[in-house]
Amino acid sequence: MVKVRNSDGPIVVKETFFQKNFRRERKLNRSRAGNVLLFVFMGLCGAFMVMPLIIVVNNALKPLDEIFQFPPRIFVRNPTTENFTDLFISMSETWVPLSRYILNSAVIMVFSVFGHVIVASLAAYPLAKHKFPGKKLLFSLVILSLMFTWQVTQIPNYVIISFLGINNTYLALIIPAWGYGIGLYLMKQFMEQIPDSLIESARIDGAGEFRAFWRIIMPNVKPAWLTLMIFQFNLMWGNTGYLFLRSEELKPLQFAMQHIAAGGPRRAGEAMAVLFVLAAIPITFFLVCQSSILETMTTSGIKE
Amino acid sequence: MVKQKNDAPSLGSIIAKNKVSYMMMAPYFLIFTTFTILPVAASLFISLTYFNMLEAPQFIGWANYLKLLLEDDIFMIALKNTMILAIITGPLSYVLCLLFAWIINEFKGRLRAFLTLVFYAPSISGQVFFIWTIIFTGDRYGILNGFLLRWGFMDEPVLWMRDAKYILPFLIVVQLWLSLGTGFLAFIAGLQTIDKSLYEAAAIDGIRNRWQELWFVTLPAMKPQLMFGAVMQITASFAIADISLWLAGDPPGSPVSVNYSGSTIVTHLIDNGTIRFEMGYASAIATVLFILMVGTNRLVQRLLRRVGN
Repeated sequence: MVKVRNSDGPIVVKETFFQKNFRRERKLNRSRAGNVLLFVFMGLCGAFMVMPLIIVVNNALKPLDEIFQFPPRIFVRNPTTENFTDLFISMSETWVPLSRYILNSAVIMVFSVFGHVIVASLAAYPLAKHKFPGKKLLFSLVILSLMFTWQVTQIPNYVIISFLGINNTYLALIIPAWGYGIGLYLMKQFMEQIPDSLIESARIDGAGEFRAFWRIIMPNVKPAWLTLMIFQFNLMWGNTGYLFLRSEELKPLQFAMQHIAAGGPRRAGEAMAVLFVLAAIPITFFLVCQSSILETMTTSGIKE
Repeated sequence: MVKQKNDAPSLGSIIAKNKVSYMMMAPYFLIFTTFTILPVAASLFISLTYFNMLEAPQFIGWANYLKLLLEDDIFMIALKNTMILAIITGPLSYVLCLLFAWIINEFKGRLRAFLTLVFYAPSISGQVFFIWTIIFTGDRYGILNGFLLRWGFMDEPVLWMRDAKYILPFLIVVQLWLSLGTGFLAFIAGLQTIDKSLYEAAAIDGIRNRWQELWFVTLPAMKPQLMFGAVMQITASFAIADISLWLAGDPPGSPVSVNYSGSTIVTHLIDNGTIRFEMGYASAIATVLFILMVGTNRLVQRLLRRVGN
């Protein structure tokens, strides 16, 4: 491996021509029997994991009579997009236009996800790589906070948010999300693995700490912050903000859709479509992030 | 006046020396303190009071804790259920997370992305577990009943979620399905950052098979992720509530199930906090759960330090 420093870019690890083109095909330490055993086991578990999702997809495509059919079937016979068009009609008839709900969700998701990744990574770097008094205490506070039940902190939280005057605004959801514990913990764990020599060489080159963070640390823990984006997206997707967002025109899409899904048997078809949409959006986001993680596979791990 | 010479540096000089570190952490810890530390501190205080959310809290000392630990029979049921759920699903799901992540790491490209999706998808949307209510529906329209009837295993439908003996096992199944989330994805990312030349070096050093490679090379190289996964697993498996509320709850969404057979510590907390308006008591339950998790975490982190030795 050769370390190359681009004129203005990060230090990149490049494979030599030989390594790139003559990689050994057979993997080390892998027996065929072991492969078969593990993959069969994983196939069985995979079928179990994916089954409810298959039901979600099929139910969303079922016409109403098939949803209430006896005996029930998993797979749809006469697939229809009726449920989705019904859902779309219901959503367009609401007092707040559909586009407003989508905008609300987008604003909340974008700011809470990116904000959290940046704020938490920035704090994780000194905790992983600097020496200063209070380091252990701060870090253990964050871990301990993960173990406290959020249900009982809601009332104090409500008081604080009202006191700050951000109640019934997007900020009531976005700002607290920046301080979640999971991001700091995850980023710190990954940054710990970066060899000190890498940061040293950046310092010798005259990079300040902020520059080293942005140019060396963050590119090297790309899988970590992409993973964190997935976590944070899911957390915020489940957070409909019912406690803080009272104005209907501020509520996110998930909230509006759950209301439609709760419409009883008459809306059973639409409810299935809602279940599908509510799962499809985070899954799409997940696939985008995951494929970016795969791109980083070409550089093989963190190197000295 | 003679200036006193201090061996220990003053607070000001400590801050000045580590200015950059503190500056980088300032935004996060400011928000963290405001929205996490303060509320937790407040709830610790509330646990020592009688607080019905309408009147100001009244200080009553340890009364909530005494009642909780000595008199509350339902808490004991909830504690027992939580321990059963946590002891079965916690370690099992942790090992499965690791195993699946490790196997998936052998694949490349699209297949890898697809397999990751298959195992992570259940935890992707907090809503999809509702599909289990359709599977477990107690009448003939329930998917599980429908198939068991059609294949002739039974003659009449079973009210799965209204029968105390089925509730806990079924919750375990759903929790296992749901719990391959945070840890799994962190492991997948962790495996990817391992320096591949370590494996070649290990092969030269005489590592014979994949299991030795896993134990002596892979796991030690991803210890930070293992610890992260453990904390996430502990917090998830001790705080099981949603699936109990929506699958076992009667009516769905309520914290009360048949004979409290689906009650967990957190559903008991919700029962007292949001239904009975006993916020002081609910906070005391939260504190007990917190201590339980911290203790378990200590134990698990100690075990994890032995990995690879």
